Amino acid sequence: MQDEIDSPQHHVDSAGTYVAVLVTLLFLTILTTAVAYVDLGYFSTVIALGIACTKMLLVALFFMHIRHSTKLTKLVVVGGLLWLAILLLLTLTDFATRTWIGVPGR
Amino acid sequence: MQLTAEREHYLNASYGLKSWLLTKDHKRIGLLYLFTITLFFFIGGAFATLIRLELLTPQGDLVSDDVYNRLFTMHAIAMIFFFMIPSIPAVLGNFFLPIMIGARDLAFPRINLLSWYLLVAGGAFALFAMIAGGVDTGWTFYTPYSTTYANGWVIATALGIFIAGFSSILTGLNFIVTVHRMRAPGMTWFRMPLFVWANYATSLIQILGTPVLAVTIVLLFVERVFHLGIFDPARGGDPVLFQHLFWFYSHPAVYIMVLPGMGVISEVISTFSRKPVFGYAFVAFSSVAIAVLGFLVWGHHLFVSTQSAFAGLVFSFLSYFVAIPSAIKVFNWTATLYKGSISFETPMLYAFGFIGLFTIGGLTGLFLAALGIDIHVTDTYFVVAHFHYVMVGGTIMAFLAGMHFWWPKITGRMYPEGWAKLSALIVFVGFNLTFFPQFILGYMGMPRRYHAYPPEFQVLNVLSTAGASVLAIGYLMPMVYFTWSLKYGKVAGANPWGATGLEWKTASPPPVHNFDETPIVTHDAYDYSTVHGEEIQVG
Amino acid sequence: MADHSHTETLDLRVQFDTAEQQKDCSTLGMWIFLITEVMFFGGMFAAYTIYRQFYPEVFAIASTSLNAKIGAFNTCVLLLSSFTMVMAVRAGQLGKQKAIVGWLILTLIFGGAFLGVKGIEWHEKFVEHHIPGQAEFHLEGLPQSEQGHAQIFFSLYFSMTGLHALHMVVGAGMLIWLLLEARKGTFSAKYYTPIDVGGLYWHFVDIIWIFLFPLLYLIDRHLKV
Repeated sequence: MQDEIDSPQHHVDSAGTYVAVLVTLLFLTILTTAVAYVDLGYFSTVIALGIACTKMLLVALFFMHIRHSTKLTKLVVVGGLLWLAILLLLTLTDFATRTWIGVPGR
Repeated sequence: MQLTAEREHYLNASYGLKSWLLTKDHKRIGLLYLFTITLFFFIGGAFATLIRLELLTPQGDLVSDDVYNRLFTMHAIAMIFFFMIPSIPAVLGNFFLPIMIGARDLAFPRINLLSWYLLVAGGAFALFAMIAGGVDTGWTFYTPYSTTYANGWVIATALGIFIAGFSSILTGLNFIVTVHRMRAPGMTWFRMPLFVWANYATSLIQILGTPVLAVTIVLLFVERVFHLGIFDPARGGDPVLFQHLFWFYSHPAVYIMVLPGMGVISEVISTFSRKPVFGYAFVAFSSVAIAVLGFLVWGHHLFVSTQSAFAGLVFSFLSYFVAIPSAIKVFNWTATLYKGSISFETPMLYAFGFIGLFTIGGLTGLFLAALGIDIHVTDTYFVVAHFHYVMVGGTIMAFLAGMHFWWPKITGRMYPEGWAKLSALIVFVGFNLTFFPQFILGYMGMPRRYHAYPPEFQVLNVLSTAGASVLAIGYLMPMVYFTWSLKYGKVAGANPWGATGLEWKTASPPPVHNFDETPIVTHDAYDYSTVHGEEIQVG
Repeated sequence: MADHSHTETLDLRVQFDTAEQQKDCSTLGMWIFLITEVMFFGGMFAAYTIYRQFYPEVFAIASTSLNAKIGAFNTCVLLLSSFTMVMAVRAGQLGKQKAIVGWLILTLIFGGAFLGVKGIEWHEKFVEHHIPGQAEFHLEGLPQSEQGHAQIFFSLYFSMTGLHALHMVVGAGMLIWLLLEARKGTFSAKYYTPIDVGGLYWHFVDIIWIFLFPLLYLIDRHLKV
C-alpha cells in the first residue's frame, strides 16, 4: 500500500499494436535463421544473441505489458537479469581463467 | 488481563483436524511448520547422537564406515533442508511478519498453505529414503559419485530436497509481495521492525538461489536416471561445474539460515535493553548487503578443486566483504546495550549466546576465506566446528530466543522463567563443550567424514561427545516446559515484555485477522515512549 | 479503514483492502515467480556456455544435425501462440467473454502444435541414435574421441528442450483451466487477473524458446549449407 502504484494496468493496447509486434517477431525469426548460414566468425553468436535479446524485449515490453508496469515490476525484472549475470560471469571467472595462473601438481 | 475464556482468537475460532489442515491463517500455518521442523530436528538429532557415539572411541566399532557415511549425510539433510532453512522464516516469520507490518494475512494465504504441504511432501521423500537405507553421498551430492557410483537412495532424497525447495521459494515469494504491498497505513520501510527486514532479505535469497539448486538436482537426476552426461568426466563433462551450481545456492543458503536469526536478535536486544537498535538503517541495510554479497563468494568452497587459481583469488577477496555487514550487526547490537536498561530474561540470554557464538563462527569463517589457511584445514573438523558455530550457535540460539520471546504471544501463556534460564545455560555450556574441541581437532588435522581416527585425538573427541549429551538435555528441556506451560503457564497479557512491535499491540493470542481494526502507525520501530508503563511486568 | 474485515469475493479476498491492491499483488507475485524461472533455466544456460566454450567445433557440428527450418517454423508457431494469448488478455481487459474463449482455444492449438513438432523432432533423434547415454550413440562426422563431447551437447539439448516442453505442458494445463473458467463466465473487465497472470507465464516460456532456438539450432550453420 505504501509503494506508489504509479500506473495501474488500465491501459488497453490496440490490436494493431500487437499485430505489428507479431510481424516484427516473425521477421526477426526468419532473419536470425538466414544469417546463421553466413560465416561471420565470432559475430555469428553476437548477432544471434542480439536478435534474441531484441525479441525478448519486444515480448516483454508489449505482450507482457512491461511498458505499462509499475517501477517495482521493472526493478524485479532488471534485478533478476542481474542475478543471472552474476551466475554466468562468476562461473566463467573460473572456467575462462584456468590457464592464467599455474598451480604445481595440476 | 482480559477474560480469555470469552474472547475469540486464532486458536479457538474453529476446532478439529480439518480446520488446521485446510487453514489459510498464517498463524496456524506457522504452527504446522513448527510441528514439522521439530520432528526433523529430533530425527537429525538422533543421527547426530549416533555420530558422536561412534566417535567416542578411535576404532570404528559402533557402526561400519558405510553406515557412518549415511549417518552424517542424513544428519545434514534433515537438519539443513527440513529444519534450519524453514525454521525461523516459516515458523516465526510466517506467524509474525504479517502482524508486525499490520496486515491481516500474507498476500497469498493459499500458496502459504501449499508451501507447508510441499515441505511435508519433500520431507516424506527424505524420510522414506532414510528408512529404506539412506544415502551416503554427503549432503553436497558431489558428482560423479552421486550420479554414477553411489548405491544409496540418491534420487528419493534429491527429489525430497527439490520439492522442499519449492516450499522455500513460495514462502520467499509470499513474504516479498506481502512486505511490498500489504503494510498498514504509516508503516513505511524505515518504520518496519528489523525482523521484517531480515526476513525480506532472506526471501530475496530464497527466490534467487533456490531455483539454481532445483536445476542442479534436475541435471543430477537426468544424469543418474537417463544417463545424460552433463557432469560426466568420462565424456568430457566437468564435475566442478556441478560444484559451482550447487554452491551458488548452498553458500547463500547459509544466510537463509542465519539472517532471520539476526532479525530475532535485533528484536530481543532492543526489547530487553529498552533502547532503539543503534544505527537502525545500518542494521536494516546490512541484512540486504549480506543477502547480496552472499551470492558473490561461493567459489571459496572450491579452493581445493580444479577451480582456477585466479578464481580462487577473486572468491577469497570477495568473501572478506561479508565480514563488513556481519560486523556492523554485532557492533550495533553491542552499542544498543550501552547505557540500556538491561534485564536478563531467557530470550536475552539466548541473544547474548548468539552474539558470542556467531562472532566466533564468523571470525573462523575469515580463516577459511584465506586461501593458504583453507588449504590446510579443508575437510577437517575445523570446518565442521566453524559451520556449527554459525548454524547451531547462531541460528538455533536465535530460534530459541525467538521461541521464548514470542511464546506468550503465540499461546497466551508464559513459559516458566527459572527452568528456561537453566536450559539456556545448559545449551550454552553444552554447545561450547561439543564444538570448541572440534576447532582444535581440525587444526591438529583430524579429517571430517571418517568413522575412525588416530588414538591421540580421543580426549578431545570424548569431550565433544560429553558436550553433545549436555546439549541434548538443554534442547529437550524447552520441549517439556513449553508443553507444560500450555496448560499451567501464567496467563500472558498483550505485552508482557513492554516491547514496541505491532504484534504486542494486539491481544495474546491474536484474533483471526490479527487486529480488531487496522492499526495506523505513527512512530518509528523501537520507540519506547509509546509503550504504556502499566503493561511492563519485567522481572 | 473503518471496516477491518469484509466479505470475501473473487476480486477482493479478505486479506486485501482494495481490488487494485489484490491485482497488483498477483502480478508482482507472478513476476517474482518468473525471476525464479530465469534462475532455474540460468543454471542450464551456464552449463551450455561453459561446454560450448570447451568444445566449440563439436557443438557446431552437433548443432547442424538439428533441422533449423523445422526449428524456425516451430519458433513462429510459438510466437503466434504468444500473440493469441495477449489477445485473450486484451479480451479480458475489455470484458468480451466470447473473445476470451476463442483466443484461449487458439493459444492452446498453437501450443499443442509446438509440442507436436517437438515430439517429432525428438523421435528423429531416437531414430538417428543421437540419444546420449545409449551404447549406439554416434554422431556422423566426428572421430570416436569426440563422441563424448557430442553426447554433452545432446544432453544439454534434451535437458533444455525437455524442461521447456515440460513448462509448455504446465502452461497448457493452465490454459485448459482458464478456458473452463472463462466458459463459466468467471471473468469480466473487473476480474481477469488469472488470464493476465497466466499470460505472463505463457510469454515467459516463449522467451526461453527465443533463446534456445539460436543457441541450439543455429551454431555455425554455414558449415553445412
